[in-house]
Amino acid sequence: MTLQGDRNIVITREFAAPRHLVWKAYTTPELIKRWWCGERGEVTLAEVDLRVGGTWRYVMIADGGFEVGFHGEYREIETNEKLVMTEVFEGMPDGEALDTVTFTEADGRTTLTMLVEHTVPEHRDAHIGSGMEDGMQEAMDRLEQVAVSLA
Amino acid sequence: MARAATTSDAFNAVAEPRRREILDLLVRGELAVTDIVERLGVAQPLVSKHLRVLREVGLVEVRDDGRRRLYRLDAVPLKPIHDWVRGFEQLWSERFDRMDVVLEELMEAEKDDEQRDGNEPAQRDRDPAGRPEHRDHP
Repeated sequence: MTLQGDRNIVITREFAAPRHLVWKAYTTPELIKRWWCGERGEVTLAEVDLRVGGTWRYVMIADGGFEVGFHGEYREIETNEKLVMTEVFEGMPDGEALDTVTFTEADGRTTLTMLVEHTVPEHRDAHIGSGMEDGMQEAMDRLEQVAVSLA
Repeated sequence: MARAATTSDAFNAVAEPRRREILDLLVRGELAVTDIVERLGVAQPLVSKHLRVLREVGLVEVRDDGRRRLYRLDAVPLKPIHDWVRGFEQLWSERFDRMDVVLEELMEAEKDDEQRDGNEPAQRDRDPAGRPEHRDHP
């Protein structure tokens, strides 16, 4: 993961699978349900209306009962190649981001690149929860230590 | 200021830099309002306002100690924030690791399909025009 400028996040990952399968895993509700929660809980909802102008919504219940919901709208769809969608964290509904996800394949492996663009820097920082630019890193690190001690 | 709606949970409460500074001070121990005012160099009404918000979301607790009111951090509401927000990169790493498992199964299933279909390769799955699962759009 890298921070790009003051409002973008870029995440890249290579998969040992052809891209039509990565695309399938990324856009099929019953498959999204298996990975979108990571190791943090359970996906309770994955709705995908995969067409330009169609909406998506994912909800997970994190361990401990904390509900995390995201939704958005598809802006561009090039099957197996590119997906552009808006993304709203329902805990901060005025912070809409634009996600551009590209899938490139070489030698049977697929690189997924996700660019998350925020309209204002504050939303990016809230998104990753740091506020690094304004010297809040230290404070957040301390808060993190406390939070970790509760884990 | 009509900002009540934005401070109704711990996530929004810590989105405000001054409130994070207050939490940062309280991490190190209990403090009275006057201590916080002194250390931050901010007017007492503002500190009190922030403390009220932090109390409302359960991040700060208060107790009476003689004539003073002492504030202390209750970090429990930060746990989910930590899990979700600070762990953004790790979360995606976990997601991708899970996708690896899903993809392994998809590749196995595709191989089985090819074997079952004899010489019929799974070309239809490579058709960029879309597959049956995604025929949501006409």
